Amino acid sequence: MKILTEHIDVQGIETIDVFRKHGGYAAVEKAIKKMTPDEVTEEVKKSGLRGRGGAGFPMGMKWSFLAKPEGVPRYLVCNADESEPGTFKDHYLMMKSPHTLIEGMIVSSYALGANTSYIYIRGELMYVATILEKAIQEAKDKGLLGKNILGSGYDLELHVQLGGGAYICGEETALLESLEGKRGNPRNKPPFPAVKGLWQCPTVVNNVESIAATSWIVNNGGDEYAKIGIGRSTGTKLISVSGHVRKPGVYELPLGLSVEDFIYSDEWCGGIRAGHKLKAVVAGGSSVPILPAELILKTTNGENRLMTYESLSDGGFATGTMLGSGGFVVMDETTCIVHNTLTFGRFYHHESCGQCSPCREGTGWMDKVLYRIEHGKGRQEDIDLLVDVAKKIEGNTICPLGDAAAWPVAAAIRHFRDEFEWHINHPEKATQKGAVFMREGASWSL
Amino acid sequence: MIIIHLRKSNIEHRKNLKMTNTQTIQFPASTLDKVHEIIKRYPEGKQKSALLPILHLAQAEWKWCSPEVMDYVAGLLKLSPVEVYEVASFYTMFHLEPVGNHVIEYCRTGPCCLMGGVEVYDHLKAKLGIETGETSADGKFTIKEVECLAACGWGPVFQIREQFYMNLTTQKVDEIIEELSK
Ligand SMILES: Cc1cc2nc3c(=O)[nH]c(=O)nc-3n(C[C@H](O)[C@H](O)[C@H](O)COP(=O)(O)O)c2cc1C
Ligand code: SF4
Ligand code: FES
Repeated sequence: MKILTEHIDVQGIETIDVFRKHGGYAAVEKAIKKMTPDEVTEEVKKSGLRGRGGAGFPMGMKWSFLAKPEGVPRYLVCNADESEPGTFKDHYLMMKSPHTLIEGMIVSSYALGANTSYIYIRGELMYVATILEKAIQEAKDKGLLGKNILGSGYDLELHVQLGGGAYICGEETALLESLEGKRGNPRNKPPFPAVKGLWQCPTVVNNVESIAATSWIVNNGGDEYAKIGIGRSTGTKLISVSGHVRKPGVYELPLGLSVEDFIYSDEWCGGIRAGHKLKAVVAGGSSVPILPAELILKTTNGENRLMTYESLSDGGFATGTMLGSGGFVVMDETTCIVHNTLTFGRFYHHESCGQCSPCREGTGWMDKVLYRIEHGKGRQEDIDLLVDVAKKIEGNTICPLGDAAAWPVAAAIRHFRDEFEWHINHPEKATQKGAVFMREGASWSL
Repeated sequence: MIIIHLRKSNIEHRKNLKMTNTQTIQFPASTLDKVHEIIKRYPEGKQKSALLPILHLAQAEWKWCSPEVMDYVAGLLKLSPVEVYEVASFYTMFHLEPVGNHVIEYCRTGPCCLMGGVEVYDHLKAKLGIETGETSADGKFTIKEVECLAACGWGPVFQIREQFYMNLTTQKVDEIIEELSK
């Protein structure tokens, strides 16, 4: 079942004519000509679609929080900042099929009553911004954007805004600051963007994938969408797969597929690269807890782990993880967990905006301590020190980047403490090129 | 939060460059049109929103955001210079010191490392004979380490301006460098 990527490999799908030949922009016609904005919102609510940017907040509910004071403009801002390590699905979708996003932007803007909308895209994806701008121009030329769309009286201007290279600008309030031409410092909440967002006006921020999914929902109805998936995990999800599988790439899967099928079936990742064994997976982007092979495949109750919000988080942080942004990083037995954790620690240190002391200082400490463990200078007390610093960041910051920095470190120690100890106790061995700790009796041990 | 270290090699390089402040800083007419088009994307009085897009245009024009360039941008947008400095220094893409003709921005994050990113990076540094943040003696290349470029499944990855170079191997790096050195 494919909703977003059904035609993605069709030759010329980036052009409006080919896109329309494959059913493109039908949702704009239907929404604008046959539905009221509230009816569109109602279908999105019924679909159960949850935000695909990482937090999984129900999209219809978010839309219904949007304040609608008389005479004040409202804005829709698409979050195309995609910077969470392991995640590259929005990049893939926009680059291959820009009109899929543009169509969703028109439908969603109409539902929210926005007459100006922005796509905030990370600056490094400049070439994708050019692709989007070209698509916007094509849509304008066909009367699908601009003044009086399809003769309905509804106006919409759509602009692409380049970021400047900062992960924190993916956080929605930092994104709005950045769109206002400022440093990307997250704002205190409340007020929430739905009340005071861009230029203090009511604003909805949604991820590329969330917005793109609204077209199918308009065409087929929210109830049809909700039939895909399991329970509160409805619809399809784009999963970005990187690391040691045979076929890395972006896959659109119906939520509810088993993790085991996803990793091993030829239809999906095609299994671990030849001659190697699965060691660990980071299932939802660098911010979510890493799980060792046995816990990613099965929950502690012995049930198959599924690609759903609920199943991946089964067991809480003790034995579970999160679906997050769908950045699925697969590691085989050649992977040094300490090194991987160091790159994540360094990442959050580099990306902390520096506003709150626990995050600014804590990410720096974790980076430094991880660095010395990895480089054979670790001390016995370092592991507990890392756990302590992580605990002190968690829950004590303005935005969730602090938590996102703490969780991967805490989880790596939770599940791979022996590997950290080995680095500290055997620095000479551990710092040799390619040296990796092998846990005795582990399913991935050689 | 970015801390800027001026490296010795770059200070040297800066001395060798014809300093930009001896040239007149002024966008060509076509770019100025683009600037005005960008400002119109925002409501009246919110032209500060154009800052990042215009810094990108400025960097495309002058390769790096020198104080003189930033002052010029401030003037265009009716901002005080410090509003431009504080923004330019927050975002990693803006170069606040001179750079070579080709700035190689190399992804150093976990998923790329899984695909051999560290080894390929070591090879690149050895090939150019420079370290992270430095510019080669001939002024052709600067290398920078950056975080995840949203291309993890196609790693290792680096970027030169808008162009992505993916699935890198040591051999591919050799070919790219040779091509760009011509
Ligand atoms: C540090 C941080 C980085 C984030 N990066 C992104 C991102 O790159 N893309 C994204 O869509 N959401 C990102 N988010 C989530 C956004 O804050 C926001 O929840 C999301 O854009 C809402 O859209 P959705 O409901 O459609 O998911 C990030 C959040 C945090 C705390
Ligand atoms: S948690 Fe970190 S990134 Fe978020 S506002 Fe605080 S310092 Fe900035
Ligand atoms: S980790 Fe290198 S592109 Fe994501």
